[in-house]
Amino acid sequence: MHCRGATFAILACGVGDPPERYALAELFGTARREMMDHIPHCRRLGMEVMEIGPRRATVRLPYRDELVGDPVRRVVFGGVITTLLDHAGGLAVFASLPELKTIATLDLRIDYLRAADAERDLVGEAHCYKLTTHVAFVRATAWERGPDDPFASCLGTFMVGANTSLSPTARLLRARAGSG
Amino acid sequence: MRGRQALAVIPYARFLDVRIEDDRQGIVCVLPFRDDLVGNVALPALHGGVVGAFLELTALVQAIELVDSERVPKPITFTVDYLRSAGPRDTRGRAEVVKHGRRIANVRVLAWQEDPARPVAAGIGNFLL
Repeated sequence: MHCRGATFAILACGVGDPPERYALAELFGTARREMMDHIPHCRRLGMEVMEIGPRRATVRLPYRDELVGDPVRRVVFGGVITTLLDHAGGLAVFASLPELKTIATLDLRIDYLRAADAERDLVGEAHCYKLTTHVAFVRATAWERGPDDPFASCLGTFMVGANTSLSPTARLLRARAGSG
Repeated sequence: MRGRQALAVIPYARFLDVRIEDDRQGIVCVLPFRDDLVGNVALPALHGGVVGAFLELTALVQAIELVDSERVPKPITFTVDYLRSAGPRDTRGRAEVVKHGRRIANVRVLAWQEDPARPVAAGIGNFLL
């Protein structure tokens, strides 16, 4: 059973959809704060997983003065959006895998559509719209006012099964499996 | 505004502690390694977003050198290619302005760790001057 928990996980498995297997299904849900705790940089930035479900992830980056890129306009540095969308994209890829594999970002292109509002929390939302044997393709947006008014959009590709070492998320899942 | 001044006034550049080294070919930016920049503790490796942000910052510093303005150029698009995982050591980056127009600068940037011939990431971006 792969559609327990989050509301949108249930919606995503509508009538007639073939049953899907997701390696991360037991982590699907909202406010999965613990998914960032083992990643030093995400912890340092205070990033949170707002929601994770089949092929999708939404991540929040709380506003902090130290992330400002333009001292006059008080907006977060563009490159920080890279961190937000790279991470949301990577999670969306993880959330699309039937079996746990390691992943690595291959490339990211970010379009800065407008300046983000000053001193606001930023949200990154990613969707893995295509998964092949070796490569996953992701679309993502970043917003602060609401999902319909993004200030950045992003296309990314990720290698799947990129190397043999364990990813932090894989370790988290194995630790949970071990303790459960 | 010059690159060094920019790094001093951009809070995120101070957060990353990015510095400038000069060599005969121009500006080299340095991102000192720090434990809280790690994205994968198993490898370990810098967070891909930090590498991308460092590339963008290096490109921005090079773009700032072009313009005689107090304003920080705004990125319009930025693309990062991840070539190798970036290990737990200092990262260096060098940018090159490909095209400098009246309003737009197109800037290319490469980052490496121990060997410039083995880059960890490459970036290219358009900035509104």
